[in-house]
Order: sequence, then C-alpha cells, then structure tokens
Amino acid sequence: MNSATLFGFCSAAIVGLGLFGLIVSPHPLRRILAFNLLGSGVFLFFGVVARRGAAAGLGADPVPQALVITGIVVAFSATALAVALVLRLFALTDEAAPTSEADPKAGAEGGHS
Amino acid sequence: MALVFDIGIVSLLIAIGAWMIMARDTLVAVIIFVVYGLLMSIAWVRLSAVDVALTEAAIGSGITGMLLLSAAARLRQTEGAGARPSFPVCVAAGSLCALISAGLAGVVLLPADVAPTLAPLAVANLADTGLENPVAGVLFAYRALDTLLEKVVLLLALLGVWSLGSDRAWGGAPALGAYVPPNDILVFFAQVLPPIGIVFAAYMTWTGASHPGGAFQGGTVLAVMWLLVMMAGVARAPPISSTKVRWLLVAGPALFLAVGFLGFVIAAGFLAYPVDYAKALIVLIEIALALSIGVTLALLAAGPPERTLQP
Amino acid sequence: MSTASVATTSSGYLLVLAVMWPVIGILLSFVVSGRQIERLAWIVLPVGLVIAGATLIAVTQAGQSQIYVVGNWAPPLGIALRADGISVAMMMATAIVICVTGVFAHGEFSQPPGGPEERAPVVFWVLLFAIWSALNALVLGSDLFNLYVALELLTFAAVPLVCLKGKKETVEAALRYMLFALIGSVLYLLGAAMIYGAYGTLDIRLLSERGHAEPATLIAASLMTIGLLAKTALVPLHLWLPPAHAGAPAPGSAMLSALVVKGSFFVIIRIWFDAMPDLLSFRAAQLLGALGAAAILLGSVLALRQQRLKLLIAYSTIAQIGYLFFVFPLAAGLATGVAWSGIAWTASWLQLFSHAFAKAAMFMAAGLIAEALGHDRIAELGGIGRKLPITMLAFALSGLSLVGVPPSGGFSAKWLLLLATVMEGQWWWAVVIVLGGLLAGGYIFMVLGRLLASPTEVPALQAPVSRWRECAALSLAICAVLLGIWPLQSSDFLFIGR
Repeated sequence: MNSATLFGFCSAAIVGLGLFGLIVSPHPLRRILAFNLLGSGVFLFFGVVARRGAAAGLGADPVPQALVITGIVVAFSATALAVALVLRLFALTDEAAPTSEADPKAGAEGGHS
Repeated sequence: MALVFDIGIVSLLIAIGAWMIMARDTLVAVIIFVVYGLLMSIAWVRLSAVDVALTEAAIGSGITGMLLLSAAARLRQTEGAGARPSFPVCVAAGSLCALISAGLAGVVLLPADVAPTLAPLAVANLADTGLENPVAGVLFAYRALDTLLEKVVLLLALLGVWSLGSDRAWGGAPALGAYVPPNDILVFFAQVLPPIGIVFAAYMTWTGASHPGGAFQGGTVLAVMWLLVMMAGVARAPPISSTKVRWLLVAGPALFLAVGFLGFVIAAGFLAYPVDYAKALIVLIEIALALSIGVTLALLAAGPPERTLQP
Repeated sequence: MSTASVATTSSGYLLVLAVMWPVIGILLSFVVSGRQIERLAWIVLPVGLVIAGATLIAVTQAGQSQIYVVGNWAPPLGIALRADGISVAMMMATAIVICVTGVFAHGEFSQPPGGPEERAPVVFWVLLFAIWSALNALVLGSDLFNLYVALELLTFAAVPLVCLKGKKETVEAALRYMLFALIGSVLYLLGAAMIYGAYGTLDIRLLSERGHAEPATLIAASLMTIGLLAKTALVPLHLWLPPAHAGAPAPGSAMLSALVVKGSFFVIIRIWFDAMPDLLSFRAAQLLGALGAAAILLGSVLALRQQRLKLLIAYSTIAQIGYLFFVFPLAAGLATGVAWSGIAWTASWLQLFSHAFAKAAMFMAAGLIAEALGHDRIAELGGIGRKLPITMLAFALSGLSLVGVPPSGGFSAKWLLLLATVMEGQWWWAVVIVLGGLLAGGYIFMVLGRLLASPTEVPALQAPVSRWRECAALSLAICAVLLGIWPLQSSDFLFIGR
C-alpha cells in the first residue's frame, strides 16, 4: 500500500465521520463543525487524486490542488455565514423568551420591524 | 519509515476527528478542530501539496478556528439545546455512514491503470504565464474564472453576514472586542505580532508566483493579524459603512475583473494576459487580492454590525 | 491530449458579458451610497436583458452552440463557457423574471429619501445581481468545478434573501436551507473529485467523449445528483423549501421559487444528458421519475392542507418541480435519437419556463394580497379579489397554468408529457400527471373561491397597493399563458448543441 491509498482511506473515514456528525449533532454549531470535517475529508480525496497524478517533475497534479484552495476559501465563507445565522437565531430566541440569565448584549441588539 | 509516519498521521486524524464529533462540550470540540486542522496541514505536506498545506493551516485551522471559538464562547449557555437522537437512530446513522465510507474506500482502491493528470500540460504552458509555481498558474491563469467568481462568493458571504445585523445597526461596527474579557496576554500579542505578520503576509503574497504561497495565504495572515488587534481591543472594528473599508473590499476583485476585460484589448481575450506582462499583471492582481481577502476574511469572522455608529 | 480542439465562436464574448455584467453591479454596489444602488439596477437590468436577448439571437441564428474559451486556455487545462439551446432559453427566462422582479421590488426596496442608508434595500439589490450572475454562470458553465463555484454563488445569494425580514422563523428557515445546501455542495464536490480522478478532466464535452459507464462513474454521478437534489428540493429532500420560500419577502420568494431551484436542476440535466449520456440506465431514470411522481402527489396534498397562502404556493413549487423529473424516464432516448424523447424534452422545458413565470407571478400576487390585508390566512381572504382585480387576474392566470388549463404553458407542457408517456408506453406517469393536475385544481380553486367570495363585510385595505406592481405580477402571468400559444415548431432551438 502506498501513502496515497492510505490517505484515501483516511478521507473515506473522515467523510463518514463528518456525515455522522451532521446527522446526530443536536446543536447547530456542532453541525457546522461536522460540515467542516466532512469538507476536509472531501478535500483530502482531491489531495489523493492530485498525489496520484504526480508527473512532469511535480510531486502532485497542480489542478486539484488549486481546486482545493478555492474550496477551502468557499468552505470558510460558508462557515462564517452559517455561524452568523446561528448567533442571530439564538439572539432572537433570547429576545423572544427573556430569561434572568440571558446575555444583556443580546437584548441590546434591537429587534426588527 | 515514511509509510509508518503516514500511518501515524492517518490514525491520529481519524481518532481526533472522531473525538471532535463525540466530545460533549462544544468549546472542547472547537479546540480539537484547530488541532485537527494543523495535523491536516501536515498531511497535505505529505501529499506534496505545500500550497494547500499553507491554506489549510491559515484558513482551515487558523481563521475558521478563531471564528468558531468566539461563537462557541458566546453560545455557552445554549449548550443543552436539543438532545442527541435516540440510540437506534444513532446506530442507523452510523451504519449508513460506515457504508458510505466503505464505498468511498472501494473507489480509492479502484484507481485507473494510469492515473490521469494535467501536470504535464500545466507545466508546459507555465512559461506563457511568467509564473514558476504551477498552482498559482492554475489559480490565476488557467482557471482564473473560478478564482474571480470565488472572490465574488466571498463578498456575497460578507454581505450575507452583514444582513444578519438588526436594521438599526446597519452601517455600524461589529462588536468584536465586546465579547472578549480584558486580557493582557492578548493585548501583548496584538501589539507585537502584527508588524511581523504583515511582513510575513507580504512575503507570502510576493513569493506565491514562484514558490508555495500567494494571495490567499498572505491575505489570511493579514486577516488573522487584524482580527487579533480587534479582539484585543487595541483598535476598534471599523463601521461597515466606512468608505475606506468598502473600497478595500472590492479593490482586489475589481482589479482582477478590469485586467480580465483588458484582456479583450491587449491579449487573446477575457482573463488572458499578454505574454510579456503576464507575471507583472498577475503579481499586481495578487497584491490587491491579498489586501481584499485580508479585509473580507477578517470582517467575515468579525460578524454583523451590532452597535449603531456613534456620531 | 485534448481530442477535439475547442475555439471561441464569433459571439462568444456575449457569454462572458452575461456572467460578468451583474458582477460589475455587485462590485459597484459596495462603493456607491445606498440610494444609488437602485439607480444602478435601472442600468444593470435592461442591459442584462439585452445581453440575454443578443445571446439568444446569436445562438438561434448560428444554429449551433456559442463557445468562449476563457483566457484562451482550452479545456481540459482551462475553462470554456458554452451556450446551447437550453442555456439561452434559461438565460432569457431568467432575464425576464429578474427584470420584472426588479420593477416589482421598486418601492418595497427603495431607500427612503433623506435618511441614512438602510439595510434591506442594499442587501436585496446586491442579492438580485448575484442570483442573476450565478444563474447565467450555471447555464453557461461547461466545467464541473466551475459549476460548483456558480452553485455556491447561487446559495450565498439565496440564503440571505430568505431571512431578509430578520424574523426569527425566517432565520431558522435560512439556517436549515443553508445546511441542506452545504451538504449538497459537499456531495457534489466529492463526485467531481471522483470524476477528475477517473478521467483527468472536469470539462463536460470531454467527459462525454471519455466517460464510460463504470461503477466508479455511477457512484460519482449519483453523489453529485443527490447533492443537487437537496438544492432542488426534490422529495424526500424538500423539507427546507416551504418555510424558506414562504418566509422571504415577495420578490425574493418569486426569484427563489421561479429560478433558484431550477439552477441546480439544470446542472442535473447537464450531468445526465451532456456529461454522461451513457450512464442514464432505465432503472436510474425510473427512480428519478418516481421521486418526481412522489413530489407531485405529496406536494399537492400538502398544499391543499395549508392555511397560509404563501406556504400553499411554496408546497405547490415542490409539486411542480416533480414534473421536471419526468424528463429522465421520458426523454432518456434523446441521445440515441428516439423521436418521442424530443417531445418529452420540449415538454419539460416548457414546464420549467411556464412554472417560472407562473410561480413568480403568483408569489408577487400573494405578496400584494398580504400587504393589502396585513396577513395571508386563506380562510380570511374573503373577497379581496374584488378590491384588487389586477392582482386577482394575475393569480388566476398563473394558477390556471399550474393546473394545466388551456391555453397556457402549463397545459402545453402537461399535454406533451402525457403524449410522451403514451408513445413511450410508460402509462404510470400519465396517472400521476392527471392526478397532479386535479390536485392542483383543488388548491388553486380553493384560493380563487376565497378571493372571489362575496364577503359579509368587505375587508379594509391596510395599505394601498401600487398599480404597477400589480401589473408586474400580471405581465409574468401573461408570459406563462403566452407560452401555451407559442408555436411548438419554433421550439426547435431547444435542441441546438445536441
């Protein structure tokens, strides 16, 4: 077994773990974490494809590498937007049902028309 | 020997990934995630993908980690919300995911006799771009359209984050520092690290044309430095209505697009570069992009505006 | 390496403009002040419409696909944009819906004079530009990863639109939509990685030459399809759609239901009919068709049980999306030249466009009704149609197209689909089509009855309704009807490039 195949198995396992986390995690923030895990597994699969395509004096095919770089940036944007949605959701939940221990800042953010 | 090392990394990655999913506490899970990201960048080095390793360390682990850490800290009291599904559901989900993993492993074991690759084509055409790093060649020449559209995706994500502020807060500033307790160590780092970071980011961007690195990684280092400064309260986050911020956000993509259109006139078409000036133009685009990416990523992590602007 | 050389065609530059013109609008929106963004839209929208029209003319006149090789780097190393018959038809429909939506949104999303820049108008117009750019990139892209970036652009434009009102339920709906869309993207990307690993290219044209029907390819295509189905909201992956489409502001709902879900559907078509035509086995086609049938029945039954107008329309979208998936069992013979496959092909696109126009019109009408009444509870609509006759007419005409009453685009589409089922000998789909039409009749006439009821007390209008916003909704409903009297011979251009 060469190391590309080894990392291929690793990516398979991580994809499975990430999907499992997405299904069973109750908290939305944990689902976002699981999504990142899943994404990294998929990127690793690209990495295996790149490594197997080593040629022309390069250790790995540059095209899948570039795709992964683009993918990582997109995944970060997605994470940022999803996190903002989660924070907003909990802030609005606090507003709707103010409890004694609610974060005062969340209340100060103001409501909506 | 190398294979033993790889087996070690792979086992650690899987174990840490599983621990992250299973961990009870969200904050702990996020910290595990950061460690996981650093390990993953070692894996990328092992796969001879140093450019990706740098990106994974800077974005995948670094700035994503900062974002998730602050979110987890703010959501501590919601920890109990929702319960894990019942045991049978977990078992069913587990079996399904194990099946998917097994299928994927099967695909890994079925490689073509000769693994297809674009490496020779990428290298053969590299001279026309004036670049020496083939990954940069793919990002800024061969597949420049993807890179350009992805910059628009970043801007759109930022607008999406901003849109989640309240109506009254529009035009105000993200309240980043307000959620971090006063912390001398953080302030110390926020004063010492940025000068070093900026030099490092400039070097990363500059060297990207010929060595691993480039606008993404340089821009991310800039973003992390700026976030550090904002979190420590050394400098406040700017209001999102600031003209300077708006121009910095679009400078990179706008220059990229302008050079793209210029290609209709001075080169073989949209997003083509004239051979003699290709490298100069690409480096120029990379510098502008690094700045814009830095500002965009930092503001993405900083979150929606929360305070109304003080007159 | 590359088997067929691909070159830019004479009108290829139009494809670049179609994708990049709205991007210019997005970039400028960040630096001009709030009030000018809408003025910017009055330039971006008509010019974009002209670009779409010019592309349509260029492709139909040339009788073949228009191609642009970006940066002059031919695939597989580079990326090409390619406009065939279905691309230009989608571009044109998109341009019409977007422009009318722009007219409809004027007023609702205008900056108030004098005051500081407001949140919702800025965000709305930028998202509108972004949806347009993303859809054009989706229908013109011929590279699986380029399509991934376009899909992400579409998702990032659609999600904030859902929660533009900022209410808790809409944020919840947006988050759920986001998670579904993200899982969809990741699965799509995994499939793309497998394809690259197997064939060393992501270019759709090259894949159609190199691809074989082997297990790994089938797994890859299935993963991509499942991911895209999640974004298209085909049953059983539809749960996110009703709250998301019902929660958005009316012009947003119009774009989401009319256009955004069709974007990912278009990519599914690209995969199975363009990239890997050999892969579409009888069983795979029947499975996709069965999911479509389930969507029609489930969506229609659930629509009948809704108490809120916008939710009813959203469930109707789930049902109408189902019809699109009959293209797989009924037009599967397209590549091999089976004659009646062409009928099903035409019918499916007719269904897509007439639903786009009708559903946009219907959401706009529902938005106006909700604005006038201050609520959208179906039971309390009591006779509002008598007060808003134009809105009422827009709702009625678009409803008739959804049901499939002649003359309308919806009727022609469903009639042709029935014809195809008979010729193909797959009568079981005909049963579902007829049943779906009856159920749609049920929920549409339920609403129409309420709108036309002679009320015991005439409902008071909470807010005045602008006449030209009513006309905007009506114009799209008329488009849906006109598609029904469109001579079918002239729809030959849907076959350009295949």
